[in-house]
Amino acid sequence: MQTNFTAEQLADPHVAESEKILRRCVHCGFCTATCPTYVTLGNELDSPRGRIYLIKDMLENGRPADAEVVTHIDRCLSCLACVTTCPSGVDYMHLVDHARVHIEKTYKRPLMDRLIRQLLATILPYPKRFRAALLLAKVGRPFAPLLKGFPALKPVAAMLDLAPKGRIKAYDPNHVHPRPPEAKRRGRVAILSGCAQPVLDPGINEAAIRLLTRLGVEVVLPEGEGCCGALVHHMGKEDPALDFARRNVNVWTREIENGGIDAIIITASGCGTTIKDYGHMLRLDPAYADKAARVSALAKDITEYLVTLELPTAEAKGLTVAYHSACSMQHGQKITMAPKTLLKNAGFAVRDPAEGHLCCGSAGTYNIMQPEISAQLKVRKVKNIEATRPDVIATGNIGCMTQIGTGTSIPIVHTVELLDWAYGGPKPENVA
Amino acid sequence: MSEAIKFLEPRKNVMSRRRAIIEDLADLLPPECLVHEPRELVPFETDAFVAYRRLPLAVALPKTTEQVAAVMKYCHRYGVPVVPRGAGTSLSGGAIPQEDAVVLGLSKMSRILDVDPANRTATVQAGVTNLSISDAVSPEGFFYAPDPSSQLACTIGGNIGMNSGGAHCLKYGVTTNNLLGVKMVLVDGTVIDLGGKHLDAAGYDLLGLVCGSEGQLGIVTEATVRLIAKPEGARPVLFGFDTSEQAGACVADVIGSGIIPVAIEFMDKPAIEICEAFAHAGYPLDVGALLIIEVEGSEAEMDAMLKSIVEIANRHDVKTVRESQSATEAALIWKGRKSAFGATGRIADYICMDGTVPLGKLSYVLEKTSEIVERFGLRVANVFHAGDGNMHPLILFNANDPEDAARAEEAGNEILKLCVDVGGCLTGEHGVGIEKRDLMRHQYSDTDLNQQMAVRAAFDADWLLNPSKVFPIEGRPAA
Repeated sequence: MQTNFTAEQLADPHVAESEKILRRCVHCGFCTATCPTYVTLGNELDSPRGRIYLIKDMLENGRPADAEVVTHIDRCLSCLACVTTCPSGVDYMHLVDHARVHIEKTYKRPLMDRLIRQLLATILPYPKRFRAALLLAKVGRPFAPLLKGFPALKPVAAMLDLAPKGRIKAYDPNHVHPRPPEAKRRGRVAILSGCAQPVLDPGINEAAIRLLTRLGVEVVLPEGEGCCGALVHHMGKEDPALDFARRNVNVWTREIENGGIDAIIITASGCGTTIKDYGHMLRLDPAYADKAARVSALAKDITEYLVTLELPTAEAKGLTVAYHSACSMQHGQKITMAPKTLLKNAGFAVRDPAEGHLCCGSAGTYNIMQPEISAQLKVRKVKNIEATRPDVIATGNIGCMTQIGTGTSIPIVHTVELLDWAYGGPKPENVA
Repeated sequence: MSEAIKFLEPRKNVMSRRRAIIEDLADLLPPECLVHEPRELVPFETDAFVAYRRLPLAVALPKTTEQVAAVMKYCHRYGVPVVPRGAGTSLSGGAIPQEDAVVLGLSKMSRILDVDPANRTATVQAGVTNLSISDAVSPEGFFYAPDPSSQLACTIGGNIGMNSGGAHCLKYGVTTNNLLGVKMVLVDGTVIDLGGKHLDAAGYDLLGLVCGSEGQLGIVTEATVRLIAKPEGARPVLFGFDTSEQAGACVADVIGSGIIPVAIEFMDKPAIEICEAFAHAGYPLDVGALLIIEVEGSEAEMDAMLKSIVEIANRHDVKTVRESQSATEAALIWKGRKSAFGATGRIADYICMDGTVPLGKLSYVLEKTSEIVERFGLRVANVFHAGDGNMHPLILFNANDPEDAARAEEAGNEILKLCVDVGGCLTGEHGVGIEKRDLMRHQYSDTDLNQQMAVRAAFDADWLLNPSKVFPIEGRPAA
């Protein structure tokens, strides 16, 4: 597609990169077909091609973001289904990242919107604050229906709806205690503890560590590591996102240079997509570019790592598993076969729900910021999953687990919990 | 932006009432169904023929036939042009708006209304994508045959407008051969039904007229299409040749011998390289030209037909013959082919021609095409429906270089004229749109064109529907 930037504009490396991305787009429109918001809303402005055009127009004219552009960019889930579909190889992810940073820098959001974003950015990445907020949410939940009456407060109502209904376990940063490998040592890996996941479901990493240890992999939990930064990154808050990234790069680099690690294991695919992008995010920082690229190259989803270990075939469990591929897994990281291969190998009958390419509506904080669209996507997703009549749903991302879990009575677990069970670990608590 | 093709001058009486028209439309449609903020109009300024762009006055995205009718009635009353739009995937600029026009987008009308296996029909809203019809009827053992390469995204309404084709149309025919009925809103808002669930309707075959009328006779809001039972099996087979001439001659001989495979697709060397890099489908990279020939039916039927085709291919010194070994591989072979245009975007901008030639002229036209494109200092990749002679030279150029873009357009015009001169036509499936409009006089005499315009006038005397398209602007009867 033709672009129209001045040499002066192109001197900015961010603009130069976006220009290159835009030049790849031939405006064929294929991306509209697999975009969850276009499929839901039927307006090209809420499709990748429409957003690309809005961003192009805004950047070419060097304009601050305005309410219209912000509305349509905000509605983007960043599910990246369009990137999977695009035959021309348009790097929509980095284009929309740039647009979000541009919005954050040039647009003043309405007060309530600003407050909610700031609240999420201040709480979610920090496990202790997040747990405290969840406890508060239990008290606030009865007020959710009331809040829905005020458009500006809908996100708050959505937050209350999403908070777990059951007991919220105490957050113990040392809740998992890695042990020396139980079998002949096959490797050494660091595992990302994460921020929201250990509060919502500490069982996921426990299962991952148990399984890896049993398989002869030494697991380390490097000290000082924090949120991957995805959350603020997707809000266009570039500086805090890069701070999170640098902090983790420092921690993992220390580990790489001391004990040496074969991989940085991630059990939340949303975080995986971002950590694999550290190399790009920090490319303009000479002090970090190389280190970040090294970290990104080592980042592996747990299933991506497990398939390299050639696990034995386990006997059939008689359980049907609907595998929900998180967008960050299938589109962000292009991991499509590994989780299903592992599950089948572990003795589960695996089903692929229809419209598997469509997002469940979770998408980080999307279900809080865009509750209406998110709710429609959840209903559609749950309908497709339930049509496969599964005994259990497996997925690789805590966000999807929370989202889908609030829409169905079928138990939902992380893929690694089933694998841990199949290879000698305990049965996941919520599986009948 | 290219300027060689002119649009109609915006109507002054419409432009001066812009504000009022938007306010009136807002009374007819729910708020989420009307786009009018200038910045939000920009993404609607073009379709997949991106060299030409015009901002529309407003975009209406109705949800019902009644809303479409209300918008049409209003626009007719006040003389406001209307440009219909499906998914905006037109390669001939069929959905490019103009400054005084309301874009009428059918993208919110995307429901499958009825699947009737006993009558082998499906009735759908116009904004349903081509592929989702096949997806919806697949559990019943059926599919919808015409399969434009953009079938993932393009809508049935747009397919009807352009009488779209696709790879599998060699055996099953194009849209018009698979369309049984439509609900259509006329320019004044009247709603009519044409055809039904049967193969022929009483009275005039107006359906045949409507299919391919490029949005100039009315706005189709619902369509009833014919479904076809899925074959027992299907096998795409790759035939690699040293030269395009050999491949072209092989196609003519296969068809000439009375064999009708489901599809015969052609790729030249640049196209093979582009598609293989994208799809990793296992296309041979050591050949000069490739045919994808798909056979279908029972194993015995497929074997028998393949045997005859291989015999013919051998006479043309076929270099490699490779059958797809699995369903996954077959899917990749088609994915590569159907993504060919978009994948070309990885290496350059392109414009895609759509001329159709008699099969005996295939090799000659391929050779001449290369000569023409080289003369303009450009490159070309050929990937097309060889079985029905429907060529798609992709002329590669740099859109940020206006001279390069102008040369690409000129080269394209020469190629299309060549297609007509050898006894073919300007468009096989993409429609005339704006792209080929001014070449229509090369194809038709004034008498022919006047007759077509007279039919058009019977539906839309004021030239309100998609007015800048299909017919050259000079020589039109006064509205």
